[in-house]
Amino acid sequence: MEKFGFTLSKARVIDYDANDRSVVDYILKREPSLNLCIECGCCSATCTTGNFTGFSLREMNILLKRGENEQVRKKIRTCMLCGKCSLVCPRGVNTRNIVFLAKQAFQKFDSHAV
Amino acid sequence: MENEGKKKIWSEYQKEIADDHFFYVRSCIRQSFYPGSEQFFLDFMRNVLGKDVFENPSHTTCTGIGYHGDIVPFSTIMTVVARHFALMKESGYKNIAISCVTSFGIYTEILETWKHFPEELEKTREYLYKATGREFDIPENMAHTSDIIYKFRNEIAAKSKNLLINKKTGEPLRVVEHIGCHYAKMFPKFGVGGAEFPNVLSGMAEAWGGEVVDYPERRHCCGFGFRQYLIQANRGYSLSNTAKKFSSMKPFKPDLVLTNCPGCNMFMDKWQYTIKDMEGTTYGADGESIPVLTYEELAGLVMGYNPWDLGLQFHMVQSEPLLRKMGIEYNREDKFKTKDGRQMPVPKNLINA
Amino acid sequence: MTGTVVVVGGGTAGMEAAGQLAKAGLSVTVIEKEKEMGGHLKEWYHLFPDRRSSSEVIDYLMDLVVHENIKLLTGDSVSGLHKKGSEFVLNTVNGEVIHADTVLLATGFDLFKSERKEEYGYGIYDNVITSADLEKMFRSKELKLINGKKPEKIGIVHCVGSRDEKVGNLYCSKLCCVTAVKQAIELKETLSDCKVFCFYMDMRMGGALYEELYRESQEKYGIGFIRGKVSEVGVNISNKLVVKVEDTLAGRPLKMELDMLVLMAGMEMSDGGAKLAEAGKLNIGENRFFAPADHHFGSNKSNVKGLFFAGTCAAPMNVTETISHARGAVTDIINYLNGSKK
Repeated sequence: MEKFGFTLSKARVIDYDANDRSVVDYILKREPSLNLCIECGCCSATCTTGNFTGFSLREMNILLKRGENEQVRKKIRTCMLCGKCSLVCPRGVNTRNIVFLAKQAFQKFDSHAV
Repeated sequence: MENEGKKKIWSEYQKEIADDHFFYVRSCIRQSFYPGSEQFFLDFMRNVLGKDVFENPSHTTCTGIGYHGDIVPFSTIMTVVARHFALMKESGYKNIAISCVTSFGIYTEILETWKHFPEELEKTREYLYKATGREFDIPENMAHTSDIIYKFRNEIAAKSKNLLINKKTGEPLRVVEHIGCHYAKMFPKFGVGGAEFPNVLSGMAEAWGGEVVDYPERRHCCGFGFRQYLIQANRGYSLSNTAKKFSSMKPFKPDLVLTNCPGCNMFMDKWQYTIKDMEGTTYGADGESIPVLTYEELAGLVMGYNPWDLGLQFHMVQSEPLLRKMGIEYNREDKFKTKDGRQMPVPKNLINA
Repeated sequence: MTGTVVVVGGGTAGMEAAGQLAKAGLSVTVIEKEKEMGGHLKEWYHLFPDRRSSSEVIDYLMDLVVHENIKLLTGDSVSGLHKKGSEFVLNTVNGEVIHADTVLLATGFDLFKSERKEEYGYGIYDNVITSADLEKMFRSKELKLINGKKPEKIGIVHCVGSRDEKVGNLYCSKLCCVTAVKQAIELKETLSDCKVFCFYMDMRMGGALYEELYRESQEKYGIGFIRGKVSEVGVNISNKLVVKVEDTLAGRPLKMELDMLVLMAGMEMSDGGAKLAEAGKLNIGENRFFAPADHHFGSNKSNVKGLFFAGTCAAPMNVTETISHARGAVTDIINYLNGSKK
C-alpha cells in the first residue's frame, strides 16, 4: 500500500436508521415521562456533576434517543443522584429514574441478561 | 413526477449564453491533467461549428486556487481578472468562455462585487492601470464552456456516431452528473437550471441518449476546497467527501460520472485509485471503477472522435468498460503512442484496463 | 343606522363581518371569487386546539350570512376600486358596478408555493406533500404513498416559506408549528404504528392550549422532535426520501430515511389582495400584508378613510383570531358610519 500521508475520515453524521435504540426503548417502557423531555437544558444547568465533568443529562437524553449509546455508557455513572434536576424540570420528567434505568440497561445488555 | 417538476425549475433559471466570438480562458488543471478536453472544445467550436474562439497567449491563471487557498488577496485576483478583461477589450471581444468552474466562480463573484460595491471596481481600474497601463470593460456575456456545449448539445446529438446507449442491452447508459459547486451554488441565477437541479450536464446527457441518475448525495461537494487541501495531512476529509458521494451512488450502478469542474473531475477520477489502494473498495459493477469524463470528452466520444485523441488514456480510471458499452472501437496498441507513432512508457497500475 | 358595505372575500373573515354588519342593520354585498363561500376553511379537516371539525365552523358562518341584508356575489372578483368623494365604486369582472359607503377587504392568504423551496423536492420527488395536501388526505380518508402503501415513517418540516430570507418571507406564519403538532397527532391516530418526526427551528406554541397540545403529542403519541432545519431532501435506491438535518441539540448532522415528508407551507398575502393594494394605493408592510393605520388600536384601518380590512390579509392568524379581527372591523365600520364618515 502506498503512503498517502492521510487517511479516510470517519463520518460524524448520526445515521438514525442504522443506530440501535434498545437502551432508550428499555427506559421509555419503564419511565414514560422521558417522552416529555424538550431538551431545554434546565437539568444540566443545575447539575452538580456537570460542573466538573462532561456529564449533561440533556445531552445524554438526546444521544440515547438517537441511539448514540457509546457516548452515554460511561458518563452516566458519574451522576450523583442528588435530585437537583428533578426539582427544576419544567415538564416533570423523572430524571433520576432515567439515570437509574440507563445504567441498568447498559449493565443488562452488556451481560446479555435482557 | 420527477422530470415535470425539474423542467419547471429550469424554465426559471434560463441563462443568456452567447452564440459566437468567444474569448477563451483556459483551466490550469484541465490543461495539465485532461488536455484532450480543451483540445476538443477548440476543434469542435472552430472546425465543426465554424465559430470564432480566440485565445490570447498572454492570459494567465486566474489565481483562483491561490485566492481560495488564502494566498492571493482579493484585490490581487480582481486585478488579474481585470487584466483578462483588458486583453478581451484589446482584441475586440465581448463574450468570455471560461474553461474552469473555479474560475467561473471567481469571475461571477468579482462581477457581483463590482455591481454592489462600485468603489471596488474603481480601485481595480486604478490598480490595473498603475501596474500595466491597461484599461478594461466588463464583458457583455460570461459563459462557462459547459454552458456552451450545453447550448450546442442538439447539434452534437445530430452529428452523433455513438449515443449514450448500452449497445448490448439497448438501455440508456446511467449517467451520474456532478457539477462543480462554484458553478451555481454561490449565485443560482448564473447556472442553467439553478443550484438545486442544474440542467447543464443532465441536459447534455439526456440529449445524447443517456439516463441521468439522482442519488442522495448528488448535491454534495467533492471536497476539493483548496484551503485545506494544500496541506497533505488535511486531505483525509477532502477524500472522505468524495468517498461519501461514491458510496451513495454505488447502488444505482452508474456507467459513468460526468463532470464540468476540473477539480471535481480530478477528485472523482483519482480518488477511486486512492480508496481502492487504502481500503480495497471499488464503486463500479463487478469490482470495476466508474469512468469519470469531462463533458468535452463525452461529447467527443458521442461524435466519434478517437478516444486516445481525447486523452482518455491519461485518466486514472480507464474508460474501456464505457467504450465497450457504447460500442466504440479503440486500438489497444495505439493507446500509449505519440501522434507520430513513438511508444511512450506504459503506466503500471491502471484501473479498469 | 343605515349604510352600505362591500365585503371583498367570502372566507372566514368576510362571512363573519358580513353577518355582524347585517345584524347591525347595514346593507352588505359580499364578493367571492370562488363559486362557494368559505375560503380555505373548506379545505381543512379538524381545527386546533380542540380538534373539532371545520365543517362546524363553516355551518356557523353559512347560517350567519343567510340574512335579508346580505347579497352574495360568488364566482366574481373585483376588477376596479376607487373612491369618489365619500363613496366607493367597485367594478367586478362579471360587469357589476357597486356603490358603497365603506369597503371591507377580507381577501385572505395564499399558501406559500412549496415548489420554490427546490431543495425539498416538492413537485419533484414522490411523497413530498404540504400540510394542505395532508388535510385533503385526512378529509378523503386516504392516507397513503404514491405506490398505494401506507407510510411507516413520516417527517414534518417546519418553517417552509416562512422565516426564510431566500424566498423573501422574513416573518413567522405563526400557525404552522401548532398545525404540525396537530397533524402529527392525526397521523398517529390514523396509522397507529407509524413513526412521526417534526424537524423544527423553534416550537412556537403561542396560543391558548397550544403548549398543552405539544405536551400531549409527546406524552400520549410519542412523536419525535428534532431541532434543526432540513437542508435538503434526496431519494435513495429504494425510492425512500433521505433528509439531511443538523441535530442542533446533539451538535451533529443527522441523516434519516422517511416514507413521506410533510412541508409546513407558510401564509403569504393573497394575489388578489396584493393587486387590490396596488390598484387602491393601499399601504402594505414589509411582509406584503396590509399595513394597519395603527398597530394597537387601528389594526383594521387602512390608509384610506372608510376602507378597512380583516383577517389573514392583515397578518397570519388562526380561525379564532380571524373571527375576532372581523368583529373589530365591524365596530370600526359602525363608528365610521355613525360619525358621518370621518
